Amino acid sequence: MAKLHGARIKRQEDPRLITGNGNFTDDIKLPGMVHARVLRSPYAHAKILSIDVTQALEHPGVLAVYTGKDVNPVMQPVPTSWVVPGCNIKPKPRMPLAEEKVHYAGEGVAFVVAEDRYIAKDALEKIKVEYEELPAVTHQEDALKEGAPIIHEDVEGNLAFDWQPAEIEDEIFEQAEVVVKQRFYEQRVVPNPMETRGAVAQYNSGGGEMTIWCTSQNPHIHRMVYSEVLGIPESKLRIVAPDVGGGFGAKIGVYTEEALAGYAAKHLKRPVKWIEERSEHFLATNHARDEVIEVELAGNKDGTLTALRVVNTANMGAYLSTMGAGVPTIDFGLMITGAYDIPKAAVRTYGVYTNTTPTDAYRGAGKPEATFQIERAIDLFAHEIGMDVLEIRRKNLVKKEAFPYTNAMGLNYDSGNYQLSLEKALEMANYEELREEQKRLAAEGRLMGIGFSTYVELCGLGPSKVAGAIGFQGGLWENSTVRVHPSGKVAVYTGASPHGQGVKTTFAQVVGEKFGIPIEDIEVYSGDTGSIAMGWGTYGSRTTAVGGGALAIAADRVVDKAKKIAAHELETSPEDIELKDGVFQVKGVPGRQRTFQEIAKSANMAWDLPEGMEPALEAQSFFDPENFVYPFGTHICVVEVDKDTGKVELKRYIAVDDVGRVINPTIVEGQVHGGLAQGIGQALWEGTVYSENGQLLSGTFMDYTMPQADFFPEFETAYTETPSPVNPLGAKGVGETGTTASTPAVVNAVMDALRSYGIKDLEMPLTPEKVWAAMQNRRELV
Amino acid sequence: MGSKMEISMKVNGIEKKSYTEPRMLLVHYLRDELDLTGTHIGCDTSQCGACTVYIDGKSVKSCTTLAVQADGTEVTTVEGLGDMEKLHAIQRGFWEEHGLQCGYCTPGVMMAMAALLKENPDPSESEIREGMKGAICRCTGYQFIVKAVQHAARSLAEENEKEKLVQSAGEGGAK
Ligand code: FES
Ligand code: FES
Repeated sequence: MAKLHGARIKRQEDPRLITGNGNFTDDIKLPGMVHARVLRSPYAHAKILSIDVTQALEHPGVLAVYTGKDVNPVMQPVPTSWVVPGCNIKPKPRMPLAEEKVHYAGEGVAFVVAEDRYIAKDALEKIKVEYEELPAVTHQEDALKEGAPIIHEDVEGNLAFDWQPAEIEDEIFEQAEVVVKQRFYEQRVVPNPMETRGAVAQYNSGGGEMTIWCTSQNPHIHRMVYSEVLGIPESKLRIVAPDVGGGFGAKIGVYTEEALAGYAAKHLKRPVKWIEERSEHFLATNHARDEVIEVELAGNKDGTLTALRVVNTANMGAYLSTMGAGVPTIDFGLMITGAYDIPKAAVRTYGVYTNTTPTDAYRGAGKPEATFQIERAIDLFAHEIGMDVLEIRRKNLVKKEAFPYTNAMGLNYDSGNYQLSLEKALEMANYEELREEQKRLAAEGRLMGIGFSTYVELCGLGPSKVAGAIGFQGGLWENSTVRVHPSGKVAVYTGASPHGQGVKTTFAQVVGEKFGIPIEDIEVYSGDTGSIAMGWGTYGSRTTAVGGGALAIAADRVVDKAKKIAAHELETSPEDIELKDGVFQVKGVPGRQRTFQEIAKSANMAWDLPEGMEPALEAQSFFDPENFVYPFGTHICVVEVDKDTGKVELKRYIAVDDVGRVINPTIVEGQVHGGLAQGIGQALWEGTVYSENGQLLSGTFMDYTMPQADFFPEFETAYTETPSPVNPLGAKGVGETGTTASTPAVVNAVMDALRSYGIKDLEMPLTPEKVWAAMQNRRELV
Repeated sequence: MGSKMEISMKVNGIEKKSYTEPRMLLVHYLRDELDLTGTHIGCDTSQCGACTVYIDGKSVKSCTTLAVQADGTEVTTVEGLGDMEKLHAIQRGFWEEHGLQCGYCTPGVMMAMAALLKENPDPSESEIREGMKGAICRCTGYQFIVKAVQHAARSLAEENEKEKLVQSAGEGGAK
């Protein structure tokens, strides 16, 4: 049989999706189902004086209108799920509906249920809410100022937390030969999966069971939290993530609307569907980034780096969302030294409440920001001492011999060969030639730039012990069951909850390889708490590293048991049995064999099993990795900036990533491409704008630039394979590499192009207008 | 609630007649009334193309078309494009070249790209990328969508070639 591990196999998830047979949340239709909509606050900060729902209730077809007064006393608030320790954190639980005060434009004020979606929308207009507008503050630095509007009365100075896990003596910076200081702003972006959020809730008023189908990246986490919020035992609450149209972090979060749909379904004894519209999604679903990052990088004139100190002032929005607090602290702060051997580092993160939509994880979550600041800072350092940006990287990248390597923040990088990926990328780029071309174009007065990003990121979340230590309100192990049916067909259940990553195919490849059976014989199930024991979901590039680890162990257990059955039938010992191409064979005795299917049948019939063996052929594993995994690589971006318009043209993009052992190269490439589009999107086009009084001005696809096909050149990708020692598959995770690496590569390239203008830094996104204005303000130096 | 109007249209070759509110969007009509949920909704400002269908062979965004406007027309949705027994070349291309990840944008993008190939059977890479304006995919970074469209263009060309051969063989036989 052809090898499956490492093969470019087309995806098993596709046939349903390309024929219009997907089953997304909004595709679900249940008998008697009714439709819900949320009335949202038009103000960023206001007191609610009164709400009058009489007219809405009288509107034909309206079944119910709930306000905070109705639901808040009978539901629990939605909690913060990452309570970072040691930082005086002040989470503000989110009530299902705002009652006394609204804290950001878009916060839910009333929940309407009607016979159809149009009527529900009509009814919103008939609800009369009297507000008293309060001054609002949207930027984190403004919110920290004396006299700034206070978002939560009991949170002094709007400071949600102050995290400072390590300090460095000032002398190191005072005495350093060179110190480079820079302030960066990671602008606020919106994850924007193409499917917005939504839920369908159904309640059985006899038995008290509830099912909620919803757009979730982690149904078991949603079950755990919604069970509390709704007061329904976990054992009676089933959460199903059907086909999910992308997540990128936005669907990790636990929100209020899904729970309200559940409440309404129970109250009305009718299934309730709630689907977000896109412009609603812009207000109601988590945003991301929005961090002011101040960096001091110290070192010597010869390019040695000695210390790094970083302060991150992070805009958390009006609440600490599910994982919000962990992003600018743990995810960001522990990775600030990146792929470089910098002996000393310190970080401090201020989490700040503002009158904006809460921020939370978005593809990479903290790691893109960590990578951005160090990749940008190292370029600035090189320029300061007159060193080539490539040389400074060569000099400071952690050496191959140093692994496992402990960084200055105490993280232990599992394995790596940073030089290998760098050299490969240089070769693909034909680097020397690129620099020549740059010179030639410069002579013609054209502005070409080359930017690097030699990154590493923390993935494969992660050991549960660590989860506990860092205040994450959950475990981070993963679960898998491998069930062999009597016919020899196989069902695989995973606690990870993929939503586009091709895990059905990848996991089938892993099992097919182990059993020696075709992947068509294997079906992978995910996203249903009713059939999957437990799991922590898909995010943080953890699915293959951790979920795949559980899968590999469970599959090995099945093989062990099957070998025992085969040995029993063939009257030999299990050690003498080998499994090859789906056949259990007595070593060295051709013909004495049983097929995988025969053993599956024997195990399930159980007519003649070894003494004391239980029937059936099934195994489960709960895998808790000993460490995170650390994918890495080198990205090189080549741009040309148009002098007359400021427009940045992407000429080439080279990405060499090391994601550990690759199971399906095509799927890996697809993940890299998608990540690149988002990371480059942040560098050049995407960005969120609030008005002074907290109105979201970039609240539709008309005002928020989503990257389009003609924005990009063909990406040139390749990979190296350095297995991770911390999981059975040697996988490191690929979902976030593109986003993490690409943003600084692009900005470094643009800054390289603008060096002759003496421009050191510009805030993202690097729109033509911004680049052009910067060029006008500086006289070209050469 | 406005008064309902009678509309009829042929959807994927089947005659459909219903009473519907004048304000109902075609995309809701297709999804909620006819249960053709392959057509998706990705935005509310007519920018993403997830809702693309054909009316009388022309590709339109069904989120910006009223159901009543499609009265008396022929509508084709992704369900009418091809099925597993006989996939349309664009569907095969998407499958072969990993043109989809979450699959949410996919039906609309495939409809738009199949229409593009009708007008321009041999598009260059940049023509494909240009042609995808008005379609947003958040997952793929578009590269494998481009490959998928190229794949489809090749197989359509081969199909045409075969048809021509069959035809000329047929003509030859008649002589
Ligand atoms: S849903 Fe029609 S264009 Fe977005
Ligand atoms: S495949 Fe997910 S949006 Fe295109």
